[in-house]
Amino acid sequence: MAKLDWPEQGKASLLGKRHDRIDGVAKASGAAKYAYDILEDNMVLARVLGCPHAHCRVKSIDVKPALKVPGVVAAEALKKPGDEIQWQGDLVAVVAGETEGAVAEGLAAIKVQYEVLEPFAKDDDLEAAQKAKRTRRAGQSTKLENEPGDEVEDEEAWEEEELRRLFKQCDVVVEGEYGIPVITHMCLEPHGSTCVWQGDKLIAHLSTQNVSGTAGQFAGPLGIPATDVTIHCDFIGGGFGSKFAADVWGVTAARLAKKLGRPVKLMLDRDLELKNAGTRPSGFIKVKVGADRNGVVKVWDSHHWGTNGIGGGVVSQGVIPYVFDPPNRRRRATGIRVNAAPARAWRAPNHPQGAVLSQCAYDDIARALGIDSYEVFLRNLPSVSNGKAEVYREQMEIAARLMDWKAKWHPHGKGPRDGLVVTGLGMAIHTWGGAAHNSTAELKIHPDGSVEISLGSQDLGTGTRTVIALVVAETLGLKPDQVKVNIGWSTYPPSGPSGGSTTVGGVSESSRRAATAALNQLLERVAAKLGVPADRLEAKAGRIQDSQNPKTSVSWKEACSLLGMNPLVAKGEYRRGRTKTNLSSSQVAGVQMAEVAVDTETGVVRMKKFVAVQDMGLIINRKTAESQVLGAAIMGIAYALFEERILDPQTGVFLNAELSDYLLPRLGDVGEIVVHLYEPPSEYQRGVVGLGEPPVISPGAAISNAVCNALGVRVPRLPLTPKRVLDALAKAQG
Amino acid sequence: MSDSMRSVSGVSRREFLKGSGAAAAATAVVGAPLVAPAEEVAGLVRGSEEVTLTVNGKKHRVRIEPRTTLLEVLRYQLGLTGAKPVSTDGCCGGSTVLLEGKPVSAATTLALDCVGKQITTVEGLGAKDDVVQAFVHQDAMQCGFCTPGFVVAVKAFLKKHPNATEEEVRQGLNGNLCRCGTYVNVIRAVLEAVKGANHG
Repeated sequence: MAKLDWPEQGKASLLGKRHDRIDGVAKASGAAKYAYDILEDNMVLARVLGCPHAHCRVKSIDVKPALKVPGVVAAEALKKPGDEIQWQGDLVAVVAGETEGAVAEGLAAIKVQYEVLEPFAKDDDLEAAQKAKRTRRAGQSTKLENEPGDEVEDEEAWEEEELRRLFKQCDVVVEGEYGIPVITHMCLEPHGSTCVWQGDKLIAHLSTQNVSGTAGQFAGPLGIPATDVTIHCDFIGGGFGSKFAADVWGVTAARLAKKLGRPVKLMLDRDLELKNAGTRPSGFIKVKVGADRNGVVKVWDSHHWGTNGIGGGVVSQGVIPYVFDPPNRRRRATGIRVNAAPARAWRAPNHPQGAVLSQCAYDDIARALGIDSYEVFLRNLPSVSNGKAEVYREQMEIAARLMDWKAKWHPHGKGPRDGLVVTGLGMAIHTWGGAAHNSTAELKIHPDGSVEISLGSQDLGTGTRTVIALVVAETLGLKPDQVKVNIGWSTYPPSGPSGGSTTVGGVSESSRRAATAALNQLLERVAAKLGVPADRLEAKAGRIQDSQNPKTSVSWKEACSLLGMNPLVAKGEYRRGRTKTNLSSSQVAGVQMAEVAVDTETGVVRMKKFVAVQDMGLIINRKTAESQVLGAAIMGIAYALFEERILDPQTGVFLNAELSDYLLPRLGDVGEIVVHLYEPPSEYQRGVVGLGEPPVISPGAAISNAVCNALGVRVPRLPLTPKRVLDALAKAQG
Repeated sequence: MSDSMRSVSGVSRREFLKGSGAAAAATAVVGAPLVAPAEEVAGLVRGSEEVTLTVNGKKHRVRIEPRTTLLEVLRYQLGLTGAKPVSTDGCCGGSTVLLEGKPVSAATTLALDCVGKQITTVEGLGAKDDVVQAFVHQDAMQCGFCTPGFVVAVKAFLKKHPNATEEEVRQGLNGNLCRCGTYVNVIRAVLEAVKGANHG
């Protein structure tokens, strides 16, 4: 019988090697169809109108003038008089028409009157937020080695006193302020769908990370059973955590399509995409850290604040301090309600902020003591909260070698100058769960030897199809192109949403299980024919053979012809926490190092080199795994040096909601990036662990620390723009 | 007046284009219509005409208004969806096509300005194209939404710089934006295409 467990390390014929993605040509040649690309006969285009004010009340909406515009076929208000609007860009009306021009003209014709209300938009200004009554407590927790005695009545006062005592015992105490602003998801394909009705049944071609889990979100508001909704997404142009829902605009498209009796395509425009469809919460921190003379942190005391939009949430206090968990710490968090759309999960929620808000402070300990940052990180490893001190230690060694850290290192601000340019090194470490999500796959072996596997998963860009094809082909002894992979339809067996680095684990689980079950059925048939017990048979290189006497064999095709008329069908199911498994696991570590050059006259920071060392258990496709880490590093460079949502502090207007104003790195901005996939036997044996989130966590802290090392001065807030660099230098010079 | 424009029957170029500046602005700011008040737009953009566009070597009759972008025609009338609508200001390269062999943003090019000119889209390159193949080998894609625009931009870049060095690649391909972070692999793909061309 075929074994369910993965092949031993080094024994797999396909897994862990470098494979082109099976849908690569479709993507590169323009053949891949995204929700935006779905064309239907008689389709109309729809767009939405965004509110120009960050906080207001709708007095009146008149959509009738839009209906007079030639080419406009529908115009509807999405708000009613009296409705309060809490962010600029909230959807006010929708127009459908025959052409882009007609729709634009229709939107421009809509008359809306607003009563403007007082907005609040200063998520970095705790005092102003308190004054405006825009704050809410978001948790506090204290951990101290000593406990208050029974006689202590006022525990808080005792804690305060104990912290003071602990700080006094430290050889060095650093007080710092650090910040990381709101950024957007900036999916290049905006949110939206093309909705088509066939009688009473809806097909939503939706740009989604959640093929199997969105039907009900359409069905509920539309008042139809979920059985009448089909979700389809073959390709998605970016999601990053923002595309799990049908959203108001999805349901609006479906409703309009029903009303018009015509397919409707409704995609958000760039500015409304940024204003509505996804941001990452900001974090700003005031922190006091105390350490011994070796840089080992003994006590941490912090208060952080920030916003996740109108809800007033903030970066979880659970990630402060990040990865490191010193023996004594107090942390407090305050959320600020600003007039901005609710944040959405952004690749590795909370963690990138946690890394910046914590590990910049750890690096400032190194700066204060004048010792190597590497040593300070190393000496604090015993306190890591995930039990991976040894993994970090090995990863740090590898990273340092790839960076040539020891040769390049200089104390903060004391490196050689090349004219006005100084260089520096910085590092950070991270952790992530990445457990496989629930997934069910159905595999069919047809009597002609062809194989197909179906599951309601999606490809975010990870290369999901290729991963599935590799797992099935490995299991059945075939080539990847002999496996037809069906994903992207909610009619297939359900698979989890792609969020939190759960997909490769999930689809590998279900695909391996389905393929193994199918193979074992096939082996029974072959056993009868060859007169060899099924448990001695194996599938290898396109044949089914006797493992003890490989010459006794049949070709794959011949084996499948034994199936008779009907295909063989097998199911593979994985339920997180319920299915016993050796195929997947969770919890990874990662270490990243950055080398930067900073021009002290212009303030421009350039990436010289970036090193990422990452574990992810067992690697399915080395080529796409590397791409994940490279991409995460670049996304990290983006939020470290370039991107930021800028709200006007007075009006709450989103000032840079276009791609030309919202800065992102270009091809020439990323420098040299070195990826090392850390896969010793101890990691391989753990099976698959998700890889998408972890490498995006450390870049902010690592790059900030590198800039600090170059300048000898902390630039306290990301992104490290030329102005912020120059401001920090000016402040340091008094 | 170019010869091609005379094919716009019964309307002089001046009249047909009257107001097209404002109209183009309206198209460019779809969703932010406050920039172009309705009263300025209304009445200026009426009327559509059939014109012939030459796309990937084939002539197509299409119906356009002065404000119609090349991207809208390609996608909705010709079904060529390889060029993507990503930004309305052409700063991202997502809608890159070749116009007379030169890369332009189809999102900010009026269809009217393309009459009589050779338009090549990513579909015109085909699956076997060396740049397409290099992108696949080097995994220069993730979600893939920016990829066709990048492929076309690289095609144009290599025509000008057939022996491009890595430094030239890093300096010469900054018009295209990728959010997934495929730049490193794009650089590798361009260099693979350079090598392939040099060595047969």
